[in-house]
Amino acid sequence: MRIFDPHIHMTSRTTDDYAAMHASGVRALVEPSFWLGQPRTAPETFYDYFDALLGWEPFRAAQHGIAHHCTLALNPKEANDPRCLPVLDELPRYLVKDSVVAVGEIGYDSMTPAEDEALAAQLQLAADHGLPALVHTPHRDKAAGLARTVDAVRESALDPSWVLLDHLNETTVAAAADSGSWLGFSIYPDTKMDEHRMVRVLRAYPWLMDRVLVNSAADWGNSDPLKTRAVADAMLTDGFTEDDVDRVLWRNPVAFYGLSGRLDLDVAPPEATHEGNSLLRGGE
Amino acid sequence: MLSAAGDVPGERAREGRAADAHAGEESARLGAAALEASLRQRLDAGARAWLDGALADARRAAATGPEPAADAAPGARRPLPAWELAFAAAGRHCRAAATGAAPAPAPVPEAADAARVLLLHAARPDTGTLTRLYTRGSAAERRAVLVALPWLPVDDDGVPLVEDALRANDTRLVAAAVGPYAAARLGAHAWRQAILKCLFTGVPVTAVAGLAERAAGDAELARMLRDYAAERAAAGRPVPDDLHHVLALTETHAGNGTDAAPHEETRS
Repeated sequence: MRIFDPHIHMTSRTTDDYAAMHASGVRALVEPSFWLGQPRTAPETFYDYFDALLGWEPFRAAQHGIAHHCTLALNPKEANDPRCLPVLDELPRYLVKDSVVAVGEIGYDSMTPAEDEALAAQLQLAADHGLPALVHTPHRDKAAGLARTVDAVRESALDPSWVLLDHLNETTVAAAADSGSWLGFSIYPDTKMDEHRMVRVLRAYPWLMDRVLVNSAADWGNSDPLKTRAVADAMLTDGFTEDDVDRVLWRNPVAFYGLSGRLDLDVAPPEATHEGNSLLRGGE
Repeated sequence: MLSAAGDVPGERAREGRAADAHAGEESARLGAAALEASLRQRLDAGARAWLDGALADARRAAATGPEPAADAAPGARRPLPAWELAFAAAGRHCRAAATGAAPAPAPVPEAADAARVLLLHAARPDTGTLTRLYTRGSAAERRAVLVALPWLPVDDDGVPLVEDALRANDTRLVAAAVGPYAAARLGAHAWRQAILKCLFTGVPVTAVAGLAERAAGDAELARMLRDYAAERAAAGRPVPDDLHHVLALTETHAGNGTDAAPHEETRS
């Protein structure tokens, strides 16, 4: 079984997670840039973070046989801090990098005018750079947030079929599907969706099977990087075929991020390993 | 590993730099021509056409000189110079020539590295541009800057970039940092630490340019190696084969025109 996790924050995870993900079948992932828990106060800290998503994390992932790509953006929460807004001007320098496969995650957090502007500007950046966009839907006031998100996409230069609407659930899937965008579901231990609810959604909307992506969205919170595999197992238990699983957990994310023309799923592990030790921390 | 090695031997740096500049440029030109020829053979027709256009952009940039400081005006969204865009995008344009076995041309990481080095050689960026390309570059872009250093007219200005890479734990960056530029310009302490880091992180010492010349007669390096071996033995862990190899090199006598002492005197 091959699994592509289209949304996971590996910078918050340990090396053990990479090993466990590979053992569970994960062979590719996309790491969207996001909020780090502690609010940032200067643009330069974003650039160091972007550099990590373009350097250190792909190196860590390659050691475990996992292809690493990223999406870059000013996240909605920090778009509200004027000190962080210069990031929008520097993004074009980063969006041309080879392993950047979308603009993201963008979208709404508290649905403020500042978030409106950042979302519109970054949808335009995606269109300008031939990139799709990963658009997060808000955790609070989700249904209203989704409607406003769909409006923002419709008013942008980016075709809805180049947008992945993420963190969907039973209450937002129908409206999101009507927009013509790709449909992302984040599977969490307690919140968002779980694997059994996910299977019920797939049963209820079988005609959406070609547009559904499932991710763990694992970060520093209570989350689980193996939830993609849990969905695959739950699908098989429920009677979905291996081909269905491959479509949702591999072919759909490959098709969506492949819109960028930049996906490279061949992983060449670094030649140099420290006596087979998997993390080269320079201090073994 | 891709390398611009062999064209700037360590001993040349000990000669007068000014008198040496012309010969250095000539050897860089020959090295770049050879690298371009071997790269072209590996690319498909579309990638070759892309390379031609990108190199032409880079040569134009070299002829017209650096753009006004792009980072000086915050908020001004200045488009990237065409050759810098190509430098960033080399990975997705360097597709392999069809072999018949592969239905679709796949990206070739080594070819992208070579293309980036050629672009740097053709564009001859000033130190400020080169430093920006490194510090805001992906790991692959940083590797290319490091590999290209011996071919660029940067004098000692590239040393901070080498030192930065040697602080990294990405072994591909460390390996790219210990090329002929480091052999010629790194101070004795930093060079010895680089050797130790290679052994520590498993970078094969075959990646180290000028190893035999600089290690010869280096008693301090020998001491560091023996101490490291003792620490490994105390932990019940094997001593890397490369350590014995380098230790043997330190025990060769400096001489044969490759005396290590000048490094000590001039750069430590």
